[in-house]
Amino acid sequence: MIDSVQHAEATPDHPQPYSELGLKSEEYHRIRDILGRRPTSSELAMYSVMWSEHCSYKSSKVHLRQFGDLPHSEALLVGIGENAGVVDIGEGYAVTFKIESHNHPSYVEPYQGAATGVGGIVRDILTMGARPVAVMDPLRFGRADAPDTQRVLPAVVAGIGGYGNCLGLPNIGGEVVFDDGYLGNPLVNALCVGVMRHEDIRLAKASGAGNQVILFGARTGGDGIGGVSVLASETFAADGPAKRPSVQVGDPFTEKVLIECCLEIFAEDLVVGIQDLGGAGLSCATTELSSAGSGGMHVVLDRVPLRDETLAPEEILMSESQERMCAVVRPSDVDRFMAVCAKWEVTATVIGDVNESGRLTIDWRDERIVAVPPRTVAHDGPVYERPMARPLDLDDLHADDPGRLPRPSTPEELRALLLRMVASPNLCDKTWVTEQYDRYVQGNTVLAQPEDAGVVRVDESTGLGVALATDGNGRYSRLDPYAGAQLALAEAYRNVATTGAWPLAVTDCLNFGSPEDPEVMWQFAEAVRGLADGCRVLGLPVTGGNVSFYNQTADTAINPTPIIGVLGVITDVARRTPMAFGGRPDEVLLILGETGQDFGGSEWAWSEHHHLGGRPPPVDLDRERALADVMVGAAEEQLLSAAHDLSDGGLAQALVECCLRGDVGANVHVTDDPFVALFAESAGRVLVGVPAQRVTRFTELCAEHGVPAAELGTVTPGRPELTVVGQFAVPLAELRAAYSATLPALFGPKPEKR
Amino acid sequence: MPRVVVDVMLKPEILDPQGTAILGALPRLGFDEVTAVRQGKHFELEVTEPVDEGRLRQLADILLANSVIEEFTLRVLP
Repeated sequence: MIDSVQHAEATPDHPQPYSELGLKSEEYHRIRDILGRRPTSSELAMYSVMWSEHCSYKSSKVHLRQFGDLPHSEALLVGIGENAGVVDIGEGYAVTFKIESHNHPSYVEPYQGAATGVGGIVRDILTMGARPVAVMDPLRFGRADAPDTQRVLPAVVAGIGGYGNCLGLPNIGGEVVFDDGYLGNPLVNALCVGVMRHEDIRLAKASGAGNQVILFGARTGGDGIGGVSVLASETFAADGPAKRPSVQVGDPFTEKVLIECCLEIFAEDLVVGIQDLGGAGLSCATTELSSAGSGGMHVVLDRVPLRDETLAPEEILMSESQERMCAVVRPSDVDRFMAVCAKWEVTATVIGDVNESGRLTIDWRDERIVAVPPRTVAHDGPVYERPMARPLDLDDLHADDPGRLPRPSTPEELRALLLRMVASPNLCDKTWVTEQYDRYVQGNTVLAQPEDAGVVRVDESTGLGVALATDGNGRYSRLDPYAGAQLALAEAYRNVATTGAWPLAVTDCLNFGSPEDPEVMWQFAEAVRGLADGCRVLGLPVTGGNVSFYNQTADTAINPTPIIGVLGVITDVARRTPMAFGGRPDEVLLILGETGQDFGGSEWAWSEHHHLGGRPPPVDLDRERALADVMVGAAEEQLLSAAHDLSDGGLAQALVECCLRGDVGANVHVTDDPFVALFAESAGRVLVGVPAQRVTRFTELCAEHGVPAAELGTVTPGRPELTVVGQFAVPLAELRAAYSATLPALFGPKPEKR
Repeated sequence: MPRVVVDVMLKPEILDPQGTAILGALPRLGFDEVTAVRQGKHFELEVTEPVDEGRLRQLADILLANSVIEEFTLRVLP
């Protein structure tokens, strides 16, 4: 029995399982009001998934509007609302970049969840008309030695590497952070960046009556529709299909072919509009395309090529099968479009056409199963102003200042602390993870992990390139979500500038607990406000991103974790600043910025004392901006031989990383309290290496911008140890052993790269 | 010693990229008659007596099959 529109009209009182589909009673009744009748089961499926938190942003929308109110940016070519934002980087090039979450699928099935996370974000970038050129993955896991982390981390890393490497995309950065709160709820965020010429930008809209709607790529199967099974079991007899799985399996080789096929289609200008099929599959693509274009579309669902003939129409509409795209093509271009698809052996099918009816109509077995105004599905979902409440424990957390924690008091204790800190899971060497990723494939990667930012060359002849960094600190955000979001923004911004690139635009992945918890909602609102205010000061647009709610196990939410991605442009990648010390034998080391007693939320407090309290480091975005001016100016003048941002673990960590990266020792003086100098996490600081004869010019540049610069010491070629004068010395070999042993000890020998 | 056979297959709804690749190759080799290919894994275990099928199922569920995306059948050979 097909639940057609006609049938729905005749059976207004037929009970429908809307609450099993996640719809509230008032939402269901709103759908009935919009349609003037009860929805058919297919319509109900579409509304339920498109009005879900994931697709409709119903809890976050009222807050995210602040990003739209940011001052106009000259660099922004396409802003929030499209599949990804597009930024002008000069010389006729545009880049598009975006970060998304794939947290829950990566917990259920870590390999496939992480892999399809990469696949999804790559298609978003492709959809804009760009060739994807690099990916990055900020990851958060539970405690490093927890059994479930042993299950999740290796598979997530293998999944990211497996999919990204098969696509031939370098993975140029990201983060790996461990914290008890992510146990049972890992965060797997994925960022992709793509490059195109200005004229190549493509948008997701179906305009022009008579134009054809073409579905192409993989066939549609029963992936990712677990939740909709309830409808299928209603329409089918009890002996119908098996319960559908809620996970998706991707095929990177299909995606690679799809990328090349799409780029050829773009090059021949064969599409009017294009949309990838991600969350909510065809429901999302058809409603978004039609509501952004001429307003109407007719689809014959029987034409959709299926992998599984038993799928019900509701399931076809809902399926999240990977590696599919939907294009709107002028009738005169259809033959050519099909020929390109045939060349790449990509299945392509005309499933419908565009009209001006103002309705999306879908037929199945000659019956009308959907007739809806597409905007009501795609954009007019419910919007909630959810109640907010400042967490009750926040005052107690603030009062619990880390100043009360015991500190090392002797040089021996400091030395031992340094070795413990560099070996701690959050600060240790991450090559166990990053070496499973291709970082240099395609030959355009200029800097990749563990550098401050990933840098990719865009134009071989001019050296134009882009730099990208992602950062986020859940502990800081727990203590103060407004400041935490700004600190994440400041760090990503600083990381980009540290490599010599000028920061241009922001993308964000906002990972939070349940929006129905007023305390979580308050954290979210504060983080968004902090980010919007921060972007205003730094003059950066937010180009898009993703909100991930319901990151919690039982009643315990994760620490609020806004992950901020900053993209910058560098006019000549040959002038980037690397992090390794020792590029010059006469290198002088300086620290820029000021150091205070900033231990609230610090890595030291957490890894040594399991302490989270006090206030996060103060953030001063005007000073960050001045610092960026210095870093970019110094790179342009070629004044620096090395630079590394100070963040988690403070100066000590940065010194160790720079020395080990360059395999060269250093001799540094710290004034006042050596513990504070080495381990405080004050924001707005960078460690730089300057060739001796350029120190004067460099300090002048710092003075011009009002950035404090203090000499720390020099590198010591020929003496491979890190010496803190008057305190201690540690041979590099000992540091390296401590730094490198942690992840292999936890996760075993490094697997082969896939 | 009794021999136990465990066959692991992706659940029918799950995409099987390897099976699809094989299917794509067959017509090129002249085998036009094949319309679908699913690839799986076959395990042969030798176990001590007495055979406890429940325990072996547990074993297969923990190690041999990923129950999120795969299903298995288990037979004790005579």
